[in-house]
Amino acid sequence: MIELTPFLKKLLGLPGLSAYETPVREAIAETWQPLVDELMVSRVGSLHGLKRGVAPEPRPRLLLAAHMDAVGLMVSGIVEGFLRITEVGGVDNRILPGQLVTVHGQRDLPGVVVQPPDFLLPLEQRGKPVRREFLLVDVGLTPDEVGKLIRVGDPVSFAQQPFELPGEALVGHSLDNRASVAALTVCLDELQHMVCGWDVWAVATAQEEETFLGAYTSPFDIRPNMALVVDVTHAKGPGGNDYRTYGLGKGVVLGWGPNIHPGLHKAVKELAERLEVPFQIEPMPRHSGTDAYAIQITAEGIPCMVLSIPLRYMHTPVELVSLKDIYRTGHLLAEFIARLKPDFIQKVTWEEPS
Amino acid sequence: MKPKQQSVTRLPLIGARQVALLEKLSNACAVSGDEGEVRRIVQDELKSVADEMKHDALGNLLVIRKARTESFLKVMIAAHMDEVGFMIVDKEEGGLFRFEMVGGVSKSHLAGKAVWVGTKHHYGVIGAKAIHLISPEELKSPISLENLRIDMGPGGSDHARVGDRATFATTFRRVGPSLIGKALDNRLGVATLIELVKHAPMHIELQAAFTVQEEIGARGASVAAYALQPDLAIALDSTPAYDLPDWDGQENTRYNTRLGFGPAIYVADAGTISDPRLISFLVATAEQYRIPYQIRQPGGGGTDAGAIHRSRAGVPSVSVSIPGRYAHTPAGLCRISDWRHTLALLYHALQDITPSILETERRMP
Amino acid sequence: MKELIRKLVESVGPSGYEHIVRDVVKDEVAPFADELRVDALGNLIVRKGVRKENGLRVMLSAHMDEIGIIATHIDENGFIRFTMVGGVFPRNCPGGRVRFMNGVQGVIGTERTESVDKAYMIEQLFIDVGASSRADCPVKVGDVAAFDRPMLDLGNRLVAKAMDDRISVAAQIETLRRLSDTPHEVYFVFSVQEEVGLRGATAAAYGVDPDVGIAVDITMTGDTPRGMKMEVALGKGPAIKVRDGRMLSDPRLIRHMVETAEKAGIPYQLEVLEGGTTDASVIQLTRAGVPAGCVSIPCRYVHSPSEMVDIRDVQHAVRLLLEILSNPIPL
Repeated sequence: MIELTPFLKKLLGLPGLSAYETPVREAIAETWQPLVDELMVSRVGSLHGLKRGVAPEPRPRLLLAAHMDAVGLMVSGIVEGFLRITEVGGVDNRILPGQLVTVHGQRDLPGVVVQPPDFLLPLEQRGKPVRREFLLVDVGLTPDEVGKLIRVGDPVSFAQQPFELPGEALVGHSLDNRASVAALTVCLDELQHMVCGWDVWAVATAQEEETFLGAYTSPFDIRPNMALVVDVTHAKGPGGNDYRTYGLGKGVVLGWGPNIHPGLHKAVKELAERLEVPFQIEPMPRHSGTDAYAIQITAEGIPCMVLSIPLRYMHTPVELVSLKDIYRTGHLLAEFIARLKPDFIQKVTWEEPS
Repeated sequence: MKPKQQSVTRLPLIGARQVALLEKLSNACAVSGDEGEVRRIVQDELKSVADEMKHDALGNLLVIRKARTESFLKVMIAAHMDEVGFMIVDKEEGGLFRFEMVGGVSKSHLAGKAVWVGTKHHYGVIGAKAIHLISPEELKSPISLENLRIDMGPGGSDHARVGDRATFATTFRRVGPSLIGKALDNRLGVATLIELVKHAPMHIELQAAFTVQEEIGARGASVAAYALQPDLAIALDSTPAYDLPDWDGQENTRYNTRLGFGPAIYVADAGTISDPRLISFLVATAEQYRIPYQIRQPGGGGTDAGAIHRSRAGVPSVSVSIPGRYAHTPAGLCRISDWRHTLALLYHALQDITPSILETERRMP
Repeated sequence: MKELIRKLVESVGPSGYEHIVRDVVKDEVAPFADELRVDALGNLIVRKGVRKENGLRVMLSAHMDEIGIIATHIDENGFIRFTMVGGVFPRNCPGGRVRFMNGVQGVIGTERTESVDKAYMIEQLFIDVGASSRADCPVKVGDVAAFDRPMLDLGNRLVAKAMDDRISVAAQIETLRRLSDTPHEVYFVFSVQEEVGLRGATAAAYGVDPDVGIAVDITMTGDTPRGMKMEVALGKGPAIKVRDGRMLSDPRLIRHMVETAEKAGIPYQLEVLEGGTTDASVIQLTRAGVPAGCVSIPCRYVHSPSEMVDIRDVQHAVRLLLEILSNPIPL
């Protein structure tokens, strides 16, 4: 039985920007090693873990996907020992001033994002949120030393360390989407004690935040018969309480829309009802904004379902989730997978359940 | 490339039966991601003439008419089944429901309309605040989506659920030389493709792809093309005709296409630069059989060809559309003659096409 | 090499209509190619080398197409309305000259606006080819044209339209010519329709199915007055791309390219470009994934009719590509 909180905190303490996922991938691989039969790295850096099923060949394949990359920054220029930055993934500029960061140059260097005083900025910036092109990172070294240790293109990650809050909550900079990786891990752990017919491919995808690179390429390799994608969604909180947000700690969020196979949605929902796992429904009128967007149209098409974990303050270093929701998601996944009969996919039709 | 042989079978016509089928298709509700109602109609029409028929993981309906000759071209024709519409996203008090748009519904056409919601087509309205209650200032700004709801009636809470789709409640009708209905984009294409399958020639493999989710990014077409691996492809769609008078009598130079001028052949839209070999073949066919045609003005818009031509190692593609006014609004309008000529053009093109069309590499003739 | 560059940049080949450029390239590479074919979208794919034990299948890609315009309407007086093919800036158009695929030349005129200071919108522009009516206009709806300028040789600096990306096409041809000993099976792809969405490379990469992909394209510079803030400059060597608007290069490839350049004493720069992308971004997404990177040639005034490059950067780019291709690529 794996210890969820220490595992997740370890992941949250590691950098792993899109395209630079190696540190977090290695930590995940270490934990998945005893839980799967085979472990390999894709050509572009995604982690594939295969847990073989017991059904006779040709055995159907399930893809279980959660992206492991995190958003952050990158050095785009050096001026007088200060670093200019660009973003990796979508970052709200307004949370940057004063953020503690780590610059991954020749070695890891601590730094802080600084907002220059007004008189050093163009007139039209005064009184407004400062555009990222005017923000700088100060690593506290002389321009000479900076020139030796840091180059254009070096990744910069948020340095916020994770911590727990009362109410079984966890705060960290890349809970999007390491919370989902943790849910996958909970699932794999539970599957140790269950018999599955299907082959399960647990995949920690690369570069979701930038290009969906992992999501376009891993399914091409694996050719699963269907895919379950785990990501995070917006939890109700300060500044965001409308219909597009979901209760924190109130259960797994099940996606619905053109990106999701209605038969798959129905099967997952019915199981959640039967097992009394609390859940909420998220309408996704156009696309899911997750790896499922890429996976669904790989090759001849793959039926997809999206399960989401509610999270506050997405894409900031102080993201917040309920650990209960992570457990629920992992548990629901394991129960669903264990019950899959080999002919499930033939039985699941596209006709919308009425 | 000159068409090689004259057609031998009979040219399919647009008669009462075809219009009745279009009526059924137009009145059906099939918002992107929820195409079942149209899919079932197409299945019914073609099950007795198809050599192969199957659904795929996204709900595309793929219908094959195999060739009866030794060597043959694989020709894919794609017509999308989905229409733009709405999805219910939140339930409020007293039969009111918040909604979001699916696909490019024209925002200025929402208020004061009736809608059909869900598989049972329950009636609802997108109401607008009465003019008596609106200040002159307010009248000048567009109505914001924030303030619009679908009203199912005070006792209508059970008639809709979060996740249900909705469309404008427009009933199809014929008016002289024209047809009025919702979703003429692309039920016209679907109806035309049904006729082409029924009259397919013997010397090609006709891959009729009734696709899904075109309006939200040609999603269905991309997986259909991957599975079918055609030699070439034609996207059969409907494109806007903006052929209205200019406000001060100047020449309208941005009409896109015009009603009454026949099928619109695409040179380029935002998603595809058509293969010049296919353009010249279609133009030559139209001229040979004296079918009126027009060149759609290059620029914006897209069709399933945008996804198909980039599939695998590339597929030579072109799009052909039936012009229609007021697309993506409650009531589209088209001319039966344009529909008839589009069917004729594609029928003859399929009859006369041969593998020699791809003999030269892609270039202008 | 300057003559080759001149021949390439002065050809007409907007996206979708690259065959004139393709014919020029074919003539240049045919004597050096092991294998040569044109695919369904018009990409020219040239193979050189056979894969050895420590070798990979490498795909290089430089795009043949340029931005241009396409006729949308011929009015009753023979004036031609148009829209863009690829990223044309309307502000670069007034007074410009164009040449259609059929050879017809013309000038871009403007409607009268309230003030001469306002920027034009494309709807306010038209082309005058000297016709006096729709009937005698030699251009029809759907015809495409490219901007028309002869190349300017300023010594080390060369100026022309379509440096994006004919300069890379030239560099790729030169690399193909001089490549003698390689452990790799190398596919030199001269791609189509990059400017309208990287369409040619998408199909070409699927067809070639490479182990690694390297695009050769231009990139912007930060070395002009009050220009964009960017570290890349003309004359400081080819740029090794770390990221651009739609892609993060594979870090292993970046590291290898940097080491190769340093070992061979080739000057180089590191590139972070905000906005804009290259064929590498779609090669990366092909099939089960392809580690990809890009060697960029710095270029000023991109997408204007007078793009400027430094010939020394081009020569160093060729050297860098040859060094990379002549040795194993560790992944």
